[in-house]
Amino acid sequence: MIRVVSLLLGLWIGAAQAQIVSVEPEYQGRYNDLLHELRCLVCQNQTLADSGSGLADDLRLEVKRMLEEGLSDEQIFAFMSDRYGDFVLYNPPVKPRTWLLWFGPFVLLIGGLIGIRQVVRANNKTAKSSTLTESEKKQVNAVIQDRDD
Amino acid sequence: MIPEIGHFALVMALCLAIAQASIPLIGASTNNANWMAVGRSTAIGQFLFLLLAFVCLAYSFVVNDFSVLYVANNSNTALPIYYRISAVWGAHEGSLLLWVLALAGWGFAVAIFSRSLPQDLLARVLSVMGMISIGFLLFTLATSNPFDRLFPAALQGRDLNPLLQDPGLVIHPPMLYMGYVGFSVAFAFAIAALISGEMDSAWVRWSRPWANLAWVFLTIGIALGSWWAYQELGWGGWWFWDPVENASFMPWLAGTALIHSLAVTEKRSTFKSWTILLSIIVFSLSLLGTFLVRSGVLVSVHSFASDPARGVYILGFLALVVGGSLTLYAWRAMRFSSTSQYEIVSKETMLLVNNVLLIVAMLTILIGTLYPLFEDALGMPKSSVGAPYFDAVFVPLMLPLIFMMALGPVAKWRRENLGELLNRLKVLAVIAIVVGAVLPLAIYGNNTVMTGIGIAAAAWVILSSIYAVARLVSKRDAKTPLLKAYAKVPKAMYGMLLAHFGMGIFIIGVVFTSSFSDQVEQAVKVGEKVSVAGYDFILEGVGPVKGPNYDAMRGSVRVEKSEQLLTTLLPEKRIYNVQRNAMTEASIYTGVFADLYVALGEPVTQDKWGLRVYYRPFIQWIWMGCLLMSLGGIVGALDRRYRAQRKTKPVSA
Amino acid sequence: MKSLIPALLFFVISGFLFVGLYKDPTLVSSPLVGKSIPSFSASTLFYPDKKVTQADLIGEIALVNVWATWCPACKHEHPDLVALSEKTDIPIYGLNYKETDKAEARAWLRDEGNPYAFSISDDDGRIGIDFGVYGAPETFLIDAQGVIQHKRVGVMNDKIWQRDFLPIIQRLRREAL
Repeated sequence: MIRVVSLLLGLWIGAAQAQIVSVEPEYQGRYNDLLHELRCLVCQNQTLADSGSGLADDLRLEVKRMLEEGLSDEQIFAFMSDRYGDFVLYNPPVKPRTWLLWFGPFVLLIGGLIGIRQVVRANNKTAKSSTLTESEKKQVNAVIQDRDD
Repeated sequence: MIPEIGHFALVMALCLAIAQASIPLIGASTNNANWMAVGRSTAIGQFLFLLLAFVCLAYSFVVNDFSVLYVANNSNTALPIYYRISAVWGAHEGSLLLWVLALAGWGFAVAIFSRSLPQDLLARVLSVMGMISIGFLLFTLATSNPFDRLFPAALQGRDLNPLLQDPGLVIHPPMLYMGYVGFSVAFAFAIAALISGEMDSAWVRWSRPWANLAWVFLTIGIALGSWWAYQELGWGGWWFWDPVENASFMPWLAGTALIHSLAVTEKRSTFKSWTILLSIIVFSLSLLGTFLVRSGVLVSVHSFASDPARGVYILGFLALVVGGSLTLYAWRAMRFSSTSQYEIVSKETMLLVNNVLLIVAMLTILIGTLYPLFEDALGMPKSSVGAPYFDAVFVPLMLPLIFMMALGPVAKWRRENLGELLNRLKVLAVIAIVVGAVLPLAIYGNNTVMTGIGIAAAAWVILSSIYAVARLVSKRDAKTPLLKAYAKVPKAMYGMLLAHFGMGIFIIGVVFTSSFSDQVEQAVKVGEKVSVAGYDFILEGVGPVKGPNYDAMRGSVRVEKSEQLLTTLLPEKRIYNVQRNAMTEASIYTGVFADLYVALGEPVTQDKWGLRVYYRPFIQWIWMGCLLMSLGGIVGALDRRYRAQRKTKPVSA
Repeated sequence: MKSLIPALLFFVISGFLFVGLYKDPTLVSSPLVGKSIPSFSASTLFYPDKKVTQADLIGEIALVNVWATWCPACKHEHPDLVALSEKTDIPIYGLNYKETDKAEARAWLRDEGNPYAFSISDDDGRIGIDFGVYGAPETFLIDAQGVIQHKRVGVMNDKIWQRDFLPIIQRLRREAL
């Protein structure tokens, strides 16, 4: 029941939208970039840029404050991850436990391409051999090529 | 009274589904024509009863019957009538009803349009669809009945979630569900083939257009969801790799692989067991999506409020249907063997590459989406898998596929000469690269490697689609006039090329929007202006307005370019009367080559307001591209050979 | 048999999905466990003129509970907190997080029971950010040196107290001897 309540609460908060923070033009670029790389922990699939939750509003003000104090991007990310953990940073670092994420797709791709070679070979071995004569095969081929669709 | 009729209709539909699932199946095995015929009548009956149930629920919404719990939770007397009707599918219980109605609708369509289908095949297909219906109807009746009463009745409803009070809600879920559920037909055909051990040309000629149509609906459904998010969420984005979005994208990727695999199976009688496996996989992904959205297993801005009990039911159902069909596949698939050969360089192999790329992309998204769940289950700290990850891995996987899209359509079946093929396309390649390098520079005065590659890829696809038609027409008999030659190109060919062309348009939209968007967020005094990408936005004033079920502050923003007035945008900040959350309604000036997007923020002082302005170039091309892809699918499905008995042309001996 | 691979893959995934049904996907582990509580200076709910700092929380094993009147789940856990404060001699400090109506907060504690030794007023949420608060209610367990030993996100009740907090408290007491 409580899970439902908290989930509904989260949904309710998420249904609101991001309040606009006024940032000096010189910081606008970095401000936007930073917000898109930080996760809102209340609406966890939204970045700080898009989330409407109260926490996101507060954290956006924090980012603005840190920018105006002259902190670097690394320092701002460190501030966030010190308090909220790595999960708040949107780019997963490449560590052993994320190898499956980063290398998985390409391993699968190579595997698939090798698989294709096997399939083509196996198919040519087992496909029912035709009982057509050579000239009939040529005619069939010609008809097939013609229907190029 | 009406809700009770609706409830009764649900129960009747369940009874018919039980009959539909069992009697025709037995009839097919025992060759009993009467029993097999039961499939058609039960499918029609089930659809009619579910239509009745749906109408009853819609009626309850229209007349504001707050004695029905679901209506009380999701509606309000002040809610405009079109939203009251679409509120029927605005939450879990009602959307399930939409799901089963769509399923029954497809069953009805199969029953009606199957005059020439072999009776035993039809019987088995309808049986399988009946089995799926049983599962969902039981779930609905047991745990998620939209007709539950509220006693005493509420005096007023809790209103529909304001985020859903948008035209997008009216059409996105119905289209999406038609797509998800449509693949149950291909699934049913696959199971029927596994059961009977037969997969002949009739089977393929039948399942292909059904799969294509389901794909069309799914494409439109996903595109609408994306468009809706853009309109409604207030910050100009169109895809967030949210788990629920991924849950719809995965069946789309697998579905695209399926329609290509079916093409090969139809033409060359090969890839048979792979096509069956794909049919099972696509629908399994649809069911998995249903599970992910309603079980609370993943965090998503989309998910319905959920509880583990519902999740366990759906998972059990999933295990039964998917696990059962995959086991059946393992047991029976070897019965289907290929009857043709092909070389390592051939259209067949290229389509295999297409399938591998699409399935790898699908698996990548599956792993990424479920990754936090895997880590959590294994007690590891959670990694951050979000848009940056998916963007980084998805694009490199898609580039080879886009490259192949030019080769596949013009390659020969059985054996192709790679060198000769590439030679024919080399002019197109050069033009594509030049366009990629020059076009962004010409329009925006700027270019990067990624942008250039993206535009070149789009040009490559577009040019090769046009080339494929031209080449086909050029091979005509010298006596045939040009126009007639174009008319003689089979619709299936036009469909494919239109879809590929649409993909090119889509890519242009994505690349330009990602590369050249701009935005500014600033506090603006009335009379002051903000400039973005050469456009000036002047805040003329902000005043209160009253809507049907909300109060709002509406800003008036004059948009100018080089002192010329383009339009006046009216962004709003709404407070809905019942749920009392603040909603930003952005105001968008839609253009063919760019959108201008303005959102109103909080008042800083009496006459100073926060304003967020976006410049989104070519963003409408994203959805235009999807529309063209869907159109291509429709054109393809309308090909003559699926509609009438094929007239066989004698080949000269 | 190669054709069994899809079925096996599916059952593996289903296993994970089943486990996932009983976990809360929104929980994020805190990096502050094992670190000292952040420094702060603020007034309290009942004595706005009095200033408290982190030093006032250090000295003995204690709980810090994040709450506010706008948080329905906090109101839900409140009776359990009151019961807990009567049962144990471990002090409970409140962090009144972004409270919108202090008068209502004071009345609430007067009427429903006050489990807190005192409640820190965190009006703008800055202290909450330093504590890594993201979902009220939250409860921190700190040791006598002011090091955070455990964080509970979600309502606090006797079951959680027995299962998660007591073992750590007992370990801390043993180590102190």
